[in-house]
Amino acid sequence: MTFSATERTIDAIWRIESANLIARLARMVRDIGLAEDIAQDALVIALERWPETGIPDNPGAWLMTTAKRRAIDLMRRSKLSDQKYKELGHSSDLYTEHDLENAMDGEIGDDLLRLIFTTCHPVLSREARVALTLRLLGGLTTEEIAHAFLVAESTIAQRIVRAKRTLSSARVLFEVPVGEELKERLSTVLEVIYLMFNEGYTATSGGNWIRPLLCREALRLGRILAEIASTEPEVHGLVALMEIQSSRFKTRVSPMGEPILLMDQNRALWDHLLIRRGLAALEFAQKLGRPLGPYALQAAISACHARARTASETDWTRIAALYEALAQIAPSPVVELNRAVAIAMVFGPAFGLQIVDELTSEPSLKEYHLLPSVRGDLLVKLGHMDEAKEEFERAASLTHNARERELLLKRAAECVSSE
Amino acid sequence: MRFMMIVKATKDSETGVMPSQELVEAMLRYNEELARAGVLLAADGLHPSSNGIRISYPEPGSKPKITDGPFTEAKELIAGYTLIEVNSREEAIEWAMRMPDPHGYGGGEIELRQVFEAQDLTQNQETLAKEAALREQMERLKKS
Repeated sequence: MTFSATERTIDAIWRIESANLIARLARMVRDIGLAEDIAQDALVIALERWPETGIPDNPGAWLMTTAKRRAIDLMRRSKLSDQKYKELGHSSDLYTEHDLENAMDGEIGDDLLRLIFTTCHPVLSREARVALTLRLLGGLTTEEIAHAFLVAESTIAQRIVRAKRTLSSARVLFEVPVGEELKERLSTVLEVIYLMFNEGYTATSGGNWIRPLLCREALRLGRILAEIASTEPEVHGLVALMEIQSSRFKTRVSPMGEPILLMDQNRALWDHLLIRRGLAALEFAQKLGRPLGPYALQAAISACHARARTASETDWTRIAALYEALAQIAPSPVVELNRAVAIAMVFGPAFGLQIVDELTSEPSLKEYHLLPSVRGDLLVKLGHMDEAKEEFERAASLTHNARERELLLKRAAECVSSE
Repeated sequence: MRFMMIVKATKDSETGVMPSQELVEAMLRYNEELARAGVLLAADGLHPSSNGIRISYPEPGSKPKITDGPFTEAKELIAGYTLIEVNSREEAIEWAMRMPDPHGYGGGEIELRQVFEAQDLTQNQETLAKEAALREQMERLKKS
């Protein structure tokens, strides 16, 4: 699959300009499906003209002008017979030329915000939100999205078509929510971005080079959001969390594909540029003066590890305090488990075990391999080798990851009873 | 993929002549655009070379030689850098083309260089084999 140099350049320009273009058009025509169609029309014209005329000096402006002309064209023709545009009249006024003229006004940031709130609308399924966001904001092709999720291209194509239809028929307005609704809706947007990030993050191993694209896109979208919604601390919290987690990409998995625990990673290989960015984002969140939300707290915990030059320098007291705070505002059995680990590091394994023992009857953790894994670790520290061995074996039976299973069985084998 | 846009020094930047207000604002707007696109990783300006030193090793195995700045050949010196994260070389070039002329009097020069990443330096056979297998899988997916 080879492209000419011009085609590759146009592809790069599209990657840079498409979100802005679609966002502006969507505000004009009030329908993101139509906006994307018009934007694509402009791209097609660019692909036809630019190889002859050369790339214009300001490609973004050229695309916008061309798209506007196309939109006016369509609007005039729609008055004749086009069913599609008749269906659009939810406010009983199609976009007007006046709307289009005013389109160039207004902060592009506002339009991008409107776009991301729309692509992440709760009326859509989670999968649809992710696909639509990657498509309209990320500028990824259907092919790229399909590869990222290891599904067929047609699956993603259909998912996107259906998503647009759902937004149309639900009469979703192209706007940024306000007041109480804003908090909830923002949380949905952040969830979509973090979901994308985790899809890419948890799958990374050895030669699995498709997945980093998802992490990078998620991080990029997060950074964009931090610029256009800069007064929201949780946005900066999420970015901080993703920057710091990304800093450990190269050390999380050995070249052979074995997972490496945080405490065992080679910190010299952590990306200190990303750590610095993450710490800066966290500081920004804190300086906004509001109480830290769950993403910012998780970022703060991650930052504790990032700041420690060696594992032994980790500020476990601070981590335990942060988990306490997290348990207050976003309690979950997994948070409790992590809190137990931190408490054990500060006050000794016996105290950690107390907390873990209360979780053994927790139904949502029944199949969670990290519960017996942590319990086993604490039991080893307390010298209860036989019990520890059982826990590691149980953990090994619960994990789906072959390498992880090997690691856990190894730990079980090392539990030689001294009793 | 990471790229570095290196702004070359000029006689002015070397003699501490501050850039025009217009240029400063243009650069600020450009950096904002990079940040707004989520691609900016870092950007910094460097002091003129009069503030710097050079450490060279003319004799292998013996002590280094230290030379104080300023250094001649302004055009070969670095005045600043901008680090970006993008998906292709073409994207990096496109962004580099959008950087304002760093000088304005015919002396401005921007050099674009790709940053090595760990994968580039991996010679691990198993990693490369896994990559090849995955590429194959992708081709099959494309055809389905």
